Amino acid sequence: MSTSTVDLQHDPHGEHPDDPHHQHHFTTMEQQFDTSKIGMWLFLATEVLLFGGLFVGFGMMQARFPEEFKEAHEHLQRPLGALNTVVLLFSSWTMVMGVLSARTNQRKKLVIYLMITILCACIFLGVKYFEYSHKIEEGLLPGHYYTHHGDKIPNTHGYATFFSFYFMMTGLHGIHILVGIGLLWWIAVRGNRGEFNSSYYTPVDLVGLYWHLVDLIWIYLFPLYYLIS
Amino acid sequence: MAQALTHSDPHIGDRPRPAKNYLNATTGIWSWMSTVDHKRIGVMYLVAVLSAFFVGGMFALLIRLTLLTPSHKLFGKVLIDADAYNRVFTLHGAIMVFLFIIPSIPGSLANFVLPLMLGAKDVAFPRLNLASFYLWCGGAALAVTSMIFGAVDTGWTFYTPYSTTTQNAVGLMTMAVFTLGFSSIFTGLNFIATTHKLRAPGMGWFDMPLFVWGTYATAIIQVLATPVLGITMVLLALERAFNIGIFDPKIGGDPVLFQHFFWFYSHPAVYIMIVPGMAIISEIIPTFSRKTIFGYRAIAYSSVALALLGFLVWGHHMFVAGQSELATVIFSALTFLVAIPSGVKLFNWLATMYKGNISLETPMCYAISFLLLFAIGGLTGIFLGALSTDVHLTDTYFVVAHFHYVMMGGTVIAFIGGVHYWWPKITGRMYNEKWGRIACALVFIGFNMTFLTQFFLGSKGMPRRYYNYLDQYQPLHAFSTFGSWVLGLGLFIVAAYLLASLRKPMDAPDNPWGGTTMEWLTSSPPIEHNFEEQPVLEHEPYDYRPKVKKHA
Repeated sequence: MSTSTVDLQHDPHGEHPDDPHHQHHFTTMEQQFDTSKIGMWLFLATEVLLFGGLFVGFGMMQARFPEEFKEAHEHLQRPLGALNTVVLLFSSWTMVMGVLSARTNQRKKLVIYLMITILCACIFLGVKYFEYSHKIEEGLLPGHYYTHHGDKIPNTHGYATFFSFYFMMTGLHGIHILVGIGLLWWIAVRGNRGEFNSSYYTPVDLVGLYWHLVDLIWIYLFPLYYLIS
Repeated sequence: MAQALTHSDPHIGDRPRPAKNYLNATTGIWSWMSTVDHKRIGVMYLVAVLSAFFVGGMFALLIRLTLLTPSHKLFGKVLIDADAYNRVFTLHGAIMVFLFIIPSIPGSLANFVLPLMLGAKDVAFPRLNLASFYLWCGGAALAVTSMIFGAVDTGWTFYTPYSTTTQNAVGLMTMAVFTLGFSSIFTGLNFIATTHKLRAPGMGWFDMPLFVWGTYATAIIQVLATPVLGITMVLLALERAFNIGIFDPKIGGDPVLFQHFFWFYSHPAVYIMIVPGMAIISEIIPTFSRKTIFGYRAIAYSSVALALLGFLVWGHHMFVAGQSELATVIFSALTFLVAIPSGVKLFNWLATMYKGNISLETPMCYAISFLLLFAIGGLTGIFLGALSTDVHLTDTYFVVAHFHYVMMGGTVIAFIGGVHYWWPKITGRMYNEKWGRIACALVFIGFNMTFLTQFFLGSKGMPRRYYNYLDQYQPLHAFSTFGSWVLGLGLFIVAAYLLASLRKPMDAPDNPWGGTTMEWLTSSPPIEHNFEEQPVLEHEPYDYRPKVKKHA
């Protein structure tokens, strides 16, 4: 991410005046691109571990309340979850096509694909909004906010715990989608200005990696919550 | 790049202090605040972490002073009451761990030295490096704010359920820790990418100085463990703000889950603290023994082994916390494995010194202090890793003494040694050698007076974190407090002569110690781009065979 907007006017020892994107401490653009990729992969590793803690906590609590978790998941709307999965998978494809367009100097196509990706992200959040409001209406909420009536097993905290994790994990994922929309918008604006071409498209590539990770986490969240059996 | 820069160039070491160097290449406060130069960021980190060390140290002296007598009175007045005492030891722990030791060596010394050792012009992501520093500042600001809003009295470990129910500013402190965690992640991420991609031409993995290996191993832990702390702090904050019940047994949660999450980070964090210290020792010992390091690969691998083993032993903090017996036995066995890479390092350092031409300059004095203190810290760890003794010693002063021997006797002593070792390179000035050795002796004596005593206190049953104690412990408590004054005096002298070296300059040569790694190829202080020409690797690190360079 740090490769993108280096400003040589403020960089007194810039040694590559031929290419404004080429930072002074890298010998070649290839080395710079590879370094950026390593950095991004490491960042993604931290993201996986950030979610990893929540996955482990969910697993522990599921072992403690297996019956409650199974029953609680019936309240989730499986068709909406499936729809969101399809939407995100499609957006991953448009993201790939966006990176390809940047790499092959197709400025218009890049912007179109990025816009479709942003649209998919918005659809995802819209669906999530309907799901969340349904849960709130029914009182299917975390911890002591849980007020739903008519559960089969009385005097248990298993349902509330399920929804604690549900809201935390999908909420954290939703925040990542929001950040993703911001990043996609940022590279779409820059792409529209014609800043990316076959010799420099690092930001597009890195945002692409980020977007795939956000999709991937949903690919794990969907069966974890919606398809418990 | 007409000509490669190597150690055999005759002009190395004979150059005067460069008129234009990284310190004065650009001027004005803004040129520092917006700098992306790893050397300047390293210097800013050095000032920042030493300030945190000062504040944390003042709290430490206050704790010791309070415990001087069982009545806590000084000149007839109670020094601080029990509530204030709880806040003071929490602040001491939190500041020392999160604001000082964890960022200390990576943020300051490694930031400065690592690119120089690799022959690089900067770290891989210079702006991310600056962002990491500002996140540290943000974390520090949050921690200070929490002090204004009533501080925290949970201990630096924030154990639930107390931390989720107490009325004081735990929320702000957890946000501070979260922010500092990301500062640490960015530093580690930068170092991994730098080590992979910015090594000088001809420098393979096993040609790197061992300091780089240690920093690299540390960076792996920073990147892989810290996010778990981040999510733990988020959960704790959510639990406090919305009572979602993850850690609250009343609504289905589990307070021990917090301990698992916390130690899953905080045990690896012990290696974030000690491995860079070991990395410094691996530089100092060959340089002042004038001898090729013994067992280069073994030391390199043992750093990585410590980093990986560190992830598998978090349960040894929870032997009495209600883990299953099987888990406890497994964690105990894994804990003993940590002794292997630690021992490998210690014996290799000793073998390096054997028949070496040892010169006892200040950095070497600290390195030898490290060997002694770390050995005690490591060996007393065996008492705590063994189940039967640990049950007796859990939460006593024995534990306090043990981790101070590792953290302060290990990391902080190595850090101070490293500051002396690279001080001429960083500032271009020499400090007063005589005062350096006197202060080192005082620190060593004061440290042992303070903490060796606490092993006895602990094995006699004095619990940690207690404000009140029985009269029978008073002589040992008093002796420990006297020791803290000697230790404080020693550290004060260090600060005095280091600052004096800036005021009354004695210019440092390029290579005052006759080091063989690449940072000594450039001027003292380095020029803004680090090197006049791209250095290339000529020989292995620590190769003292060709000729011994001049020695100041």
